Amino acid sequence: MDDTTHLTNDQSIKLFIQRDYSEGTGVKFQERFPSELQGRIDRDEFIGILRGINDIFADAEALSYKAFMENCCACLTGYLLLLCMSTHYEKCVKRAAEYIAEKNFNDLNRRGIFIIDPMEKGLRCDIAKKMIRKLLHEVGEESLPISK
Amino acid sequence: MVKKWELIESKNRFYCDGRCLSGHDIGVFILAIVLISITSGLFFAFDCPYLTIRLSPAIPVFAAILFLCVICFIFRTACSDPGILPRGTSDEILYLERSNVTNSPHGVALPGRTIEVQMHTGHVLQLKFCSTCKVFRPPRVSHCSLCDACIANFDHHCPWVGNCVGLRNYRYFYSFLFSLSILCLYILSFNITNLVLRSQDKPSFIDAIRDTPATIVEAIICFFSIWSIGGLCGYHTYLICRSITTNEDIKHTWNSSRHGVTVKNPFSKGNGCVNCFSTLCGPLPPSFLNLRATVKADDHINRVKNEPMSTTNIEPIIQYQPEDNRRQNNNRMHSTTIHPYSDQKQNRRTPRDYI
Repeated sequence: MDDTTHLTNDQSIKLFIQRDYSEGTGVKFQERFPSELQGRIDRDEFIGILRGINDIFADAEALSYKAFMENCCACLTGYLLLLCMSTHYEKCVKRAAEYIAEKNFNDLNRRGIFIIDPMEKGLRCDIAKKMIRKLLHEVGEESLPISK
Repeated sequence: MVKKWELIESKNRFYCDGRCLSGHDIGVFILAIVLISITSGLFFAFDCPYLTIRLSPAIPVFAAILFLCVICFIFRTACSDPGILPRGTSDEILYLERSNVTNSPHGVALPGRTIEVQMHTGHVLQLKFCSTCKVFRPPRVSHCSLCDACIANFDHHCPWVGNCVGLRNYRYFYSFLFSLSILCLYILSFNITNLVLRSQDKPSFIDAIRDTPATIVEAIICFFSIWSIGGLCGYHTYLICRSITTNEDIKHTWNSSRHGVTVKNPFSKGNGCVNCFSTLCGPLPPSFLNLRATVKADDHINRVKNEPMSTTNIEPIIQYQPEDNRRQNNNRMHSTTIHPYSDQKQNRRTPRDYI
């Protein structure tokens, strides 16, 4: 198996879940289970979380009458309306971030996994961090010899 | 506290603390603004007083509305993020090099590799690696050498707006073209009306021109502009109905036949109206860059900041030193090290700014 692990400076292993472009340029992440997470979390559970994220973004990108009305009204005001209110897409992005935070807090952190909000990395990929050490108190972190 | 926009590696310029951006050269953009403003100004100064009295006060009102629309749309196009993709971080590059996401053998360096994507329509797209941005370019993304960035749904780089036209500002660009065409037609038609009405009042046509010399200037500017602007607007209407970008049209991406089969556009929804609706009124993602966020230690942005080493300045130095030095700093400064997960508190999220 290829060594895809790389110990980063913050003592965690980063796994990048790439975008799935098979259905177009809409935001969708590949629903595959990274082999590095074997043993830490159930495969179906992890893919279920990814599917949840994909569903929220699918809702954001859907061509609905709501999006149409929002954009028409915005156009009629010279797009100045967009400076005052947040769009449906932006609300969905916030919802995705809350969903990821909730999943991290409830299910993933105790298994040593942390998913980073894909918006932080520009929607190019999703990152799952595998923490190889337990969470420590902020002050007094030990220094570990870091091996490659 | 350094914001992300201060460390962006593209050639864009940023204003208002990262709220607006433009391309590198804005000279032609300023020329466009000046030309539109002067022509409209002359119209309001010379034609409108006479036409208001002679015909209707609604004429300058509509002209003012059109002019404001044009200005709104051009600034919106010029100052919006067109869909710049953030560059690949070192972690990501390492992961890509070692993993099997590409379809090329591992011995080949990343720039030589491609990813093949099988689309649901049956097309197979090849995603190439961008050596500058260090990412595999998603479908419809192209690298603009003038802005030095990969742009999503790249259409073209427009010098008249001083920015690239891409996913996030295409509708503003189209609205700008449309409203400017209407403004040109409006000014031209009322210039002609003005001259005709004045020549009825005056003994000769030359006397009418002598009364409003500016009208001829405006008419000439508008007459020559309407062909190019109107033509461009018509061209983009055609592109929108077919759901292709200027870049794809120039390169005949969806026109060429490969192996005897014409490649159909997989991004078209089949119907011209649905394509229009999707492009102009569809949902729009926020900026991928999150320009006004503060740079964190996690971001792996490789820029060295020249700041003196003191306890008050340790945080920025930890953030900005190249990666191989950063580990050393983390081990030395125990009590002031930012724990990787301490700033990712789940309940407190800083609000994002969307441009």
